[in-house]
Amino acid sequence: MSSRALVVPGIGAGALPLGAFPLMLIGLLIAMLHAVGAGRFDVPWPRIIEILWLRALDPTGHPETMDARIVELVRLPRVLLAALSGAALAVGGAALQGVFRNPLVSPQVLGISQGGAFGGALAILLGYHGVVLLGMSFTFGLLALVLVGLLARINGRTEVLTVILAGMIVGAFFAALVSVLQFLADPNSSLPAIVYWLMGSFSTATWPRLGLAVPGMVVGLLMLWALRYRLNLLALEETEARSLGVDPDRERWLVFVAATLMTGTSVAVAGVIGWIGLVIPHAARLIVGEDHRLLIPASALLGAAYLVLVDTLARTVTAAEIPLGVLTALIGAPVFAVLLRRHFTRVGQP
Amino acid sequence: MIGISDASLSFGNLRLFARLTLNVASGRTMAILGPNGRGKTTLLRAILGFQKLDRGSRHAPGIVGYVPQHGASQIRLSGLAVVTMGRAARRGLFGQPDGADADTARAALVQVGACHLADQSYDRMSGGQRQMVLIARALATGSPALVLDEPTSALDLGNQARTLGLIAGLGQARERAILFTTHDPNHALAVADDVALMMSDGEVVQGPVAQMITPDLMSQLYGVPMHWVRMTDRETRRAMLPAFTGKDVA
Repeated sequence: MSSRALVVPGIGAGALPLGAFPLMLIGLLIAMLHAVGAGRFDVPWPRIIEILWLRALDPTGHPETMDARIVELVRLPRVLLAALSGAALAVGGAALQGVFRNPLVSPQVLGISQGGAFGGALAILLGYHGVVLLGMSFTFGLLALVLVGLLARINGRTEVLTVILAGMIVGAFFAALVSVLQFLADPNSSLPAIVYWLMGSFSTATWPRLGLAVPGMVVGLLMLWALRYRLNLLALEETEARSLGVDPDRERWLVFVAATLMTGTSVAVAGVIGWIGLVIPHAARLIVGEDHRLLIPASALLGAAYLVLVDTLARTVTAAEIPLGVLTALIGAPVFAVLLRRHFTRVGQP
Repeated sequence: MIGISDASLSFGNLRLFARLTLNVASGRTMAILGPNGRGKTTLLRAILGFQKLDRGSRHAPGIVGYVPQHGASQIRLSGLAVVTMGRAARRGLFGQPDGADADTARAALVQVGACHLADQSYDRMSGGQRQMVLIARALATGSPALVLDEPTSALDLGNQARTLGLIAGLGQARERAILFTTHDPNHALAVADDVALMMSDGEVVQGPVAQMITPDLMSQLYGVPMHWVRMTDRETRRAMLPAFTGKDVA
């Protein structure tokens, strides 16, 4: 693809390579169409488009036929939720990696996911669902992040390495707390609910659940989109960033809150889905480079397409659904290993 | 103008400076001279406002053109993109640089004689090239003050000459207050109007370059005997060298 085909004049090296974006957008649309069509009840693409067109003409009507019901009530909310979650997790990961100047950082490494998992599991144990589960997931994700921030702050300075170590400590602590909850949970009711929820799945996706996820994820995505140039500056060494009029200590927290908002929400609606925030930004970097003005939208598109595909795989490969967290790790770990090797061979060059 | 007034700073028992007033007026160039570990960088950070003072006040323009010792070494952006960051302070939290900013950045690259670096990736540049880009970024801020942390210490002799030539040129324009640190008295001789010496025990001696770069003060500052060496080619120049130099091996 030609990286010079489409350019924004006067920015960066005179031009931003935008040629990859139409391809990524088309890829996402194809992945979503495929996901809506595929399954035990196969719906061909022309029929999907017909169903959607009829609904667009009559937004208040109800689906009459079997395939329309499957598309509109079951698969469409699921695919949209998967796409939104994928975009949110990938963008959160890309932003955190930039701010920490470390490509190994992700919401999981910072303990946000584990904090969110604890909050959500606690909600399930107490018999709550919906908004309460979402709220607790976000609150404990944020609590984990605050703990990391406090632990890592030594003599008024926050070093990247101490943040990662603190994240591991806090993550391990919350993971242990989740185990305590599982130990306490009723083996006949709340325990299986917690375990299945933690493994991650979009199988319970409905329009109301999508509605629950939209505010947190969209606000988080918009925040990081608005901060996309600032992320380039936050990726600089601290003194340098400050000399350019950035307040890294404060502005970093904006990024953290946005990432936590999205991670907490995705944990609440679909459990812990790891690896996306780690792998997708790397893939996006290979395509569009390190400028966050491109990296953020590219991560969103790739993350959405990836999670839609993985979710489709999870529900179509076998008769029973494979937990999403398992699949993303099975795919993500080897892909990440390859990316990491490439990264280091590239860095090794003069 | 940039500087600090009546300022003190200690780390535990280590006194870096006490009741120090140090100012660089617009159009002047000052070198902060001292051996390693005396706190040159910390003094610079204090003047930049990144290091809280125990007492005293600081005065500086809102944005200072700052050239760090080790800049953004990991960043994989083009030279022009790095220089354009110098405009970021004017763009705010959610802002983006526009075409005018890129033009300013390009002009800054031309000014340092490095327009060929505009499209090169920063992480693939040599130390000398990065230095030029970072100086261009500091100029692109449009700040009336320019602060450079050890601008020559990591460079080979050719790049030292280029960097010093650039600082001298900027100084001769008499448009900015320029402040830099170095541990080589000859670099101060080459470009500075004034010199501040960071002696031991937190004492700072300052004055015009001719009064500060003397064998006595330099020997005291570095703890090694220092001498003038006279060189004559087309014009007569002087260099301040330590006693261990000049051994004849021919």
